[in-house]
Amino acid sequence: MTEKIQTSEEMEKETAVKTAPGSPEVKPEPEAPKPKKDPRSKLFRSDRMTIVAPAPHAKGKNSVPRIMYTVIAALLPAAIMSIVLFGTKAMVTLMVAVFAAMVAEFACNKIMKTGITVDDGSAILTGLLLALTLPPTFPIAGTALGAVVAIVFGKMVFGGLGANIFNPALIGRAFLQASFPVKITTWTLPALSGSGAYYDLITSKAVDTVTGATPLGLMKFEGIGTHLKPLLFGNIGGCIGETSAIAILIGGLLLVILRVADWRIPLSYIGTVFVFSGALWLIDPAAYPDPLFMILSGGLMLGAFFMATDMVTSPVTPLGTWIYGIGMGVFLVVIRIWGGLPEGVMYSILFMNGLVPLLNRWTRPRYFGEIQQEKKT
Amino acid sequence: MKLSTFKKGLHPEDYKYFSHDQAIETLPLPDDVYLPLQQHIGAACEPLVKKGDRVRTGQLIANSSSYVSAPVHASITGVVMDIEKYYHPLGMRATMIHIRREGEEEWELLEKIQDWKWTPKEKLLETIRNAGIVGLGGATFPTHVKLNPPDDKTIDSFILNGVECEPYLTADDRLMIEQSDKILLGMAIMMHILDVQKGYIGIENNKPEAIARMQKRVVELGYPFKVVPLKVKYPQGAEKMLIYSVLKRKVPYSKLPMDVGVVVNNVATAFAVAEAVTEAKPLVRRVITLTGDGVNQPKNLMVRLGTPFKDLFEACGNVKDDVHRIFMGGPMMGMTQYHLESPVVKGSSGIVAVTGELVEELTTFPCIRCGACVRTCPMNLMPLRLSKFTQEKKCEDLESYGIMNCIECGSCAFVCPANIPLVQWIRVGKIRLREHKAKKAKENA
Repeated sequence: MTEKIQTSEEMEKETAVKTAPGSPEVKPEPEAPKPKKDPRSKLFRSDRMTIVAPAPHAKGKNSVPRIMYTVIAALLPAAIMSIVLFGTKAMVTLMVAVFAAMVAEFACNKIMKTGITVDDGSAILTGLLLALTLPPTFPIAGTALGAVVAIVFGKMVFGGLGANIFNPALIGRAFLQASFPVKITTWTLPALSGSGAYYDLITSKAVDTVTGATPLGLMKFEGIGTHLKPLLFGNIGGCIGETSAIAILIGGLLLVILRVADWRIPLSYIGTVFVFSGALWLIDPAAYPDPLFMILSGGLMLGAFFMATDMVTSPVTPLGTWIYGIGMGVFLVVIRIWGGLPEGVMYSILFMNGLVPLLNRWTRPRYFGEIQQEKKT
Repeated sequence: MKLSTFKKGLHPEDYKYFSHDQAIETLPLPDDVYLPLQQHIGAACEPLVKKGDRVRTGQLIANSSSYVSAPVHASITGVVMDIEKYYHPLGMRATMIHIRREGEEEWELLEKIQDWKWTPKEKLLETIRNAGIVGLGGATFPTHVKLNPPDDKTIDSFILNGVECEPYLTADDRLMIEQSDKILLGMAIMMHILDVQKGYIGIENNKPEAIARMQKRVVELGYPFKVVPLKVKYPQGAEKMLIYSVLKRKVPYSKLPMDVGVVVNNVATAFAVAEAVTEAKPLVRRVITLTGDGVNQPKNLMVRLGTPFKDLFEACGNVKDDVHRIFMGGPMMGMTQYHLESPVVKGSSGIVAVTGELVEELTTFPCIRCGACVRTCPMNLMPLRLSKFTQEKKCEDLESYGIMNCIECGSCAFVCPANIPLVQWIRVGKIRLREHKAKKAKENA
């Protein structure tokens, strides 16, 4: 059948004449009386509804869930490395955090009567990020609580995805840091370091572990440095997902290449830390740690590639992004070197998150062909 | 070699393969044509014929005394059936002259120009106006106005727009391959009128045949033009983007290309100018692409203006059963059609019928401020904020964020991962801002 699109009645008559009687394709029209008005006013036939909509009629393939699942996939090397280094306990932590985050989001959806948003992947991502920032000995109940706080107070109270000011995973971690200050700073060395740190799954107590401070803690409180090789591979004390710089870099660079993460953020953040701490180190190498140590230790890599680049809580303008990254770098060095804590990635990101709405407003890009404002007289 | 282009923008899949190998076919004369009185930007025309009049092809049937306007000519020989409101492809009902074909084709030509090189410019401009030529890329701005800048503007460059950056469309591409001589002639005439020496022909690099052909003919015919292959990127065909791509000049906000010394015209316009000046033919036909995965035989057709779309679809083996959307123009800026009796107008560069996934059925997510729209906007705007301000009715913010700069290319809505109708909101925002300004002016007065 080719005469599908004709719209005028004359054309229909012609069709009827052309087709031999009894032809199976042509069925008589239902007896509905045809309105005797201008035939041209007839729209498409009812069996040929087309859509009338404003342009554009084409759409790119990217979507919010796709972005979220890309970030989750990019976190897999770090997650796998955490299991390799810290054993089954790390795996349990990851699973509990993700599950608790999803349940919390589902409950919020029900209470707030919004549609179910668990499948968009952002809750999974929040849970995963939170788990990766917890020490291996952290109690499982605390992990679950942190994930619930991250979702409820970090995201859903603002209105859900896209409405929050602060990174939800870091809100959850900040809550845990305030609530369990000792537990969250109790570190054990990875199993691979020869100290044997596998855990009893039920009691979640370390079977045979050696506690050991993080490299930053060692540096800050005891003045002991750490070699670069363990810093790269992660054979050091620390949060389960932050110790292996290589695993994070693999995923992080993937994000940058796929343009899911803005390359300016890790570059400006890590770059600022390197330059700022490098300057201090040059002034007095004995008192200050060297810049390579600064950028490879602690949670900087994880924070710079996966938390600071969270789209919702980072600026959209190029200039704003540079300011955001540099600001985080300055805060981090200040906290690490002069603050009371050995680590400052979480607070540096949260501080700058709070500034993002203003940065977006202050750094509006100059539009194409914008004329310089004439000087007010 | 690094190809020149503009900043930002995007590259949607171009789907030109449907029709780029199809040589231009001339559609048999239609039985009926419907010619809108307004097919251009500017004042609408008044009909000069009445019901029952016999008209010849090329006869002037509607004109306006206003300067910014373009007359309408009968595109077939026949009888005026009526002058009534009919469906216009831009989505409204507009007054059109309905002509039914009768008898043999007879032409009524314009006043003949003997040698355009020795004809006064005023005379050439008058011919172009009398031929009813407007920007055939889709903007439909009267060409004689564009070619007659005020005396205080110095024009030093002319750019011929062969970019055709919208996906699917191949009409300009085929025209450049098949009618390169006439296009170059039209360009020479327009440059002669403007008295400019530097001529550029901007063509996107996905049309290698057209680039090669134009390059070859420029050299063979000894024109001093420069063919500029451009990197494939949408919306390069937009005047401001093209000027930046070719000359790296930025047209300031609320200014025109002539303010930076440039005049841009489309290849199809150049073709029409050449036909009007050397053959005295008014604008009664144009090349239009019928394409999309919903059309059985995609084609490039030379059609008479006013031909109903259904005639075109018949020539292309009709549409497939699962077509859900038919639009005039490209997918990024085209207008959806709800009535296939709508006629081809001067600004119709293509009709696309598509099947497949519906854009409207995609789930809309909240904005996650990924910044994709900001990274893509060729005008360097912040579509996410503009759409937000529109929803919140913050008209002052709309203005300070430069909403009126938006060229409505649709790139932001295309890239948005949250499927937010950004450009649609911006269109609403422009209307809101205008209303707000009018209200304010009223209050102050």
